Amino acid sequence: MALVLNEEQQMLKESAQGFLSEHAPVSELRAQRDAGSDRGYSSTLWSQMVNMGWAAILVPEEYGGLAFGHVGMAQIVEQSGRTLTASPLLSTAILGVTAINLAGSEDQKTELLGAIAGGELTIALAVDEKIHHDPMQTAMPAVAKGDGYVLNGEKRFVVDGSTADKLIVATRTAGSPGDMKGISLFLVDRTASGVSVQRTEMLDGRNAAIITFTDVEVTADAMLGEQDRGFRALSATLDAGNAHLSAELLGIAQESFDRTLQYMKERKQFGALIGSFQALQHRTAHWWSEIEMCKSVVLKVLQSLDEGDVRGSALASIAKAKLCEVAELSTNEAIQLHGGIGMTDEYEIGFFIKRARPAQMLFGDYNYHANRFALISGY
Amino acid sequence: MSDLQVFRQESRDWLEENCPQSMRSPVIAGEGACWGGRNWTFTSEDQKLWLERMGAKGWTAPDWPTEYGGGGLDKAEHKILKEEMARIRARSPLDSFGVWMIGPALLKFGSEALKQQHLPAIIRGEIRWCQGYSEPNAGSDLAGLQSKAVDMGDHFIANGQKVWTSYGDKADWMFCLLRTDPDAKKQMGISLVLFDMETPGVTPKPIKLISGSSPFCETFLDDVRVEKDQVVGEVNQGWTIAKYLLTHEREMIGGMGLTDAGSKTLGAIAAKTVGTTDGRLNDLFMRTDVARWEIDAAAFAFTAERVTDEAKAGQGIGATSAMLKYYGTELNKRRFETMLKIGGSDDLIWEGDISNNGWTARTLLRTKGNSIEGGTSEVQLNIIAKNILGLG
Repeated sequence: MALVLNEEQQMLKESAQGFLSEHAPVSELRAQRDAGSDRGYSSTLWSQMVNMGWAAILVPEEYGGLAFGHVGMAQIVEQSGRTLTASPLLSTAILGVTAINLAGSEDQKTELLGAIAGGELTIALAVDEKIHHDPMQTAMPAVAKGDGYVLNGEKRFVVDGSTADKLIVATRTAGSPGDMKGISLFLVDRTASGVSVQRTEMLDGRNAAIITFTDVEVTADAMLGEQDRGFRALSATLDAGNAHLSAELLGIAQESFDRTLQYMKERKQFGALIGSFQALQHRTAHWWSEIEMCKSVVLKVLQSLDEGDVRGSALASIAKAKLCEVAELSTNEAIQLHGGIGMTDEYEIGFFIKRARPAQMLFGDYNYHANRFALISGY
Repeated sequence: MSDLQVFRQESRDWLEENCPQSMRSPVIAGEGACWGGRNWTFTSEDQKLWLERMGAKGWTAPDWPTEYGGGGLDKAEHKILKEEMARIRARSPLDSFGVWMIGPALLKFGSEALKQQHLPAIIRGEIRWCQGYSEPNAGSDLAGLQSKAVDMGDHFIANGQKVWTSYGDKADWMFCLLRTDPDAKKQMGISLVLFDMETPGVTPKPIKLISGSSPFCETFLDDVRVEKDQVVGEVNQGWTIAKYLLTHEREMIGGMGLTDAGSKTLGAIAAKTVGTTDGRLNDLFMRTDVARWEIDAAAFAFTAERVTDEAKAGQGIGATSAMLKYYGTELNKRRFETMLKIGGSDDLIWEGDISNNGWTARTLLRTKGNSIEGGTSEVQLNIIAKNILGLG
């Protein structure tokens, strides 16, 4: 498949650009933060997104969705990286939909996917137990009891964990941490008895949560997929998540770049535009080249997700690793080239580094994905 | 069957019938490549046969017009031919600065007479070309070149010195930038001229490089007669053509960042050399270097693919050759630094079988020139900053 957007994808990109820059620019993020919003995103905005069909993009047609694919969805996500727009799009419409679609029973799909597409249900994915992402190390036990299971343990960095209606929780039903086999996924209501949510506002102003499960009882039909065989769906869901996080980081990198380039054409020192200094030109040209690399890896992994390419996991790790590296470069260069004004809260450029770091770390940073890519490649 | 399907079938049949078995394996590190020309010694009868057959069919220059002996293929057919050659792993019948550089420039800027004179011989691999661009005092600042051609009425007389003439001692003809108007502003007084290397006064001398090989020459021009009908385009308008050729060259050199299909990955070489435990290389710092390089190399390969696809779809910004040249050559340098670390002390041995005559070390040394030739990395960054980013 040619590494270009088709006409429909291009149109979606443009409409997302128009909508987000009008309704959810960076100033909205500042307003949310300053108002001390405990939700971390605007419900009104999410309703508008649902009305435009964005929550339904990855949902198959038979469950009331649009089946427009990952390349399409990522055009919105990339734009939301440019505008730093907070919404449940990643947790619910990407991770939730992917996990349920891959692992869910017919009943679960019918009930849940339609509800997500219609904006009636939000989801959060609870995977990490330690401060570094490593899903195979899942240890939190789910023990069979009667017809159901009892869950005990703690999950961290659960994005949207304090607001989502349902949690998808990775647990261990057999084997030991580090085993691929023995991981099972459960759907748990956030308000179920024994679930305790501690909201943790992150540096990007968005919410995540540390969630404690104390003797949480769930019925057998709360399981998503087969017992002990949840890792495959979990891994594929994380691959999709990382592909879209890469798209978001691409938006962040591009916007940081564009704003900085503009600034270099306005700011004068020593009686000249700073953009006329070769030392800065070379840094900027190198930075631009790195972003060009990023555009290609992101589109490649998204296409592979839509085509069911067997190299999907390797490509997801290549993309996330590369985007972590270049998002770091981009947000750092943006501040350095802006100089002192880049350090001020008043100026918007500083918001990009604050969103980039959590997006880089979520579901594995450069080190995690370089290591994973090497393992997949046989070294 | 569609026309393209018919073309595919016919190409497949023809290649099957005409490509000698020994030409169905990749050229590795230049070993077995065919450059043609008057002085060429074929490495085998098959190599000669393969060049003659492909040349006669025009498939050494598949997309050039048939009136000059080219293949006359459109883009879709050219792509199919490449695919069909790759299918049987057929090697290129001819490596040629004629096909890659001066030919396209003649097609775009040359007179009808020049096209008729030079293109057929390039296609058949009979004349080997070299490039006379750089001078001792005109490297990155190419437009500052001083070698001159003085108008003698019915011809020019050229004097000066060129340097970094690739294979100048093996080539038959040179395409050469000379100053034809000493009073004009820098870029405005330059012409692109063609002359036979056997013309009296042309003396190429090989330059020995740090790698030990001598792919380049310095070429002295002492009262060399250049015919007036061998000026490409207008007199004093050569800089436009030179820039066009430099873009072409950048694209070629940028391709170096792409590893040959079928060659072993760095990861595989490293795993074989230092071994693995639980699926991880035993040297963890080497593992980090290798993974970092392979991730960047994948990103670069996808970028080369995307840029090509965008151009086909009429999208994209164009002018990406500077970026590909910059990134690809820097990547290639890192590749060989990593290779040498993997190869260890055996790869430091300059000659002999243990190190395949110092192949890794010599190639590493040669790659240092990648980010200098065809415009340094810094010149590429200047081009990106000025032409793409609009920084003045």
